[in-house]
Amino acid sequence: MKDKSNQSHSAEAETEALVNKNVSRRSFLKGAGLTTAGTVMVSSGVMAFDRPKPQAKKAIGPGATTINLRVNGKTRTIAVEPRTTLATALREHLQLTGTKIVCDRGSCSACTVWLDDQPVNSCLMLAVEVGDSEITTVEGLSKNGQLHPVQEAFIEHDATQCGFCTPGMVMTTAHLLRNNPDPSLEDVRHAVRGNLCRCGTHPNVFKATMAAAKKS
Amino acid sequence: MNRFSWFDATSIKEAFEQVTATVSEHIQPKGPKDAAVFKTGGVDLLDLVKEGLANPSRIVNIRNIPGLDEKSFDKKSGLRLGANVTLAEMAEDPVIRENYLALHLAVNHAATPQLRNMSTLGGNLAQRTRCWYFRSLDHECFRKGTGTCFAQDGENEFHAIMRNEDCASVHASSVATALMAFNATVEITNSKGEQKTVTMEEFFIHPSDDSRYECILKSDELITAVIVPPVSSGTKSAYIKQGARESYDWAIADVAVVAEMSGSTCKKVEIVLGAAAPIPFKSMEAIGQLKGKTINDTTAGNAARAAMEKATPLTKNGYKVDVFNAIIKRAILQLV
Repeated sequence: MKDKSNQSHSAEAETEALVNKNVSRRSFLKGAGLTTAGTVMVSSGVMAFDRPKPQAKKAIGPGATTINLRVNGKTRTIAVEPRTTLATALREHLQLTGTKIVCDRGSCSACTVWLDDQPVNSCLMLAVEVGDSEITTVEGLSKNGQLHPVQEAFIEHDATQCGFCTPGMVMTTAHLLRNNPDPSLEDVRHAVRGNLCRCGTHPNVFKATMAAAKKS
Repeated sequence: MNRFSWFDATSIKEAFEQVTATVSEHIQPKGPKDAAVFKTGGVDLLDLVKEGLANPSRIVNIRNIPGLDEKSFDKKSGLRLGANVTLAEMAEDPVIRENYLALHLAVNHAATPQLRNMSTLGGNLAQRTRCWYFRSLDHECFRKGTGTCFAQDGENEFHAIMRNEDCASVHASSVATALMAFNATVEITNSKGEQKTVTMEEFFIHPSDDSRYECILKSDELITAVIVPPVSSGTKSAYIKQGARESYDWAIADVAVVAEMSGSTCKKVEIVLGAAAPIPFKSMEAIGQLKGKTINDTTAGNAARAAMEKATPLTKNGYKVDVFNAIIKRAILQLV
């Protein structure tokens, strides 16, 4: 009993400290998780290795290898096994958790990112095969602190419910507007064919995308 | 996913030096456990690995081999599509849209925009069936090489209605439905550099002939291209896919019709059904019924009924016969 109350006390104190430091919800959750587990796991290559030099070998693995990933305009060095998917590399190695893993089989498109300006399922792509291609995630859409027109329209037209499909929806519709600034409703429907939304918010996604097209 | 090593091949020769088995050989109950396998788009392979069906020790990436992603078109020799051409590249190709409409439509209705950006044509043809018993680690099914077909009296609402006596899976590729209707051929290159070209009918293997494989590829062979013969100026084509919904889903039924027309008379015709049988299925009955006829409501309906004459639906997929009847007729009528 004594231990428990100590734990809860220390968790409360930690919460307070974190709130005071004005940390993000995500880093708070992670900090809280680590406190409970009582262990520290380092998954990021940047932290685990001392400035590793990337290897451009033809044959790698099965152990971890350092690779360079060009993400949202920056080159990041991480250590991944060949089996690490791009989605996992983004979320767990680079802490870019905007990209969601939902079905993990390419069926729902929640993990959509751009690979050299083409939307792809990052859950079905291995990090080691990205090579020199440029990755854009939902974190890379805003410019100078300004949300992308599609993101603003999603807020304005209430195009999110539970939010799990939202980053994928945003990446898909933003890509559509990039290539087709004046889409028809049918164009929008065709573009998001692969993006599943179990809340059924598609009508508002269509509205938001059409509105964003008019604005931009 | 199991751990595996990775090899990025930059030539076909290099790839063959690494590879030890096809995915189909590897996933058989008695297949080689320690296997190095090919990967192009990776869509099907990574799915099999994530499900635990495939546990390769090495993946040999052939996606970056120069030259395999080229396409060319000539009115006389037809269309040549390298094995690494993506479905997205095919979907947007104006030559395919203008000359091979059924193929254009089939590709545009396949998978999702994201998957089309990743999937290659070679991988699409060599992918394994999506039958849920085949994809389940807990079912040692007939299509894996041993065991029984659980779909025969199981959950079979999306399964085969034709030639389904031993295995009721359906072939996953709807692109193949259209390619077969255009009498496309598959160019296969082996480890010695020798090439052979086979028809789509020769390429796919029916489970009753060999339950372990869905296509003829051996571990020392690779699809290097698909060749679609030229079409005459009187050629018209149509393609219809019926899924459970308009957005991303596998076909419940799909059909490609390619005909050489003289006015509204059908001089020559090919009718291929997808999601009907364990392999893309050319309906000789429907072709025989329609050839030489003037296309109208009656002749189109007769051809559709002829296609379904030998259907042997299972306990839960009888509705597919009606769906096929409707879409075959509708596709034929779209020619005029």
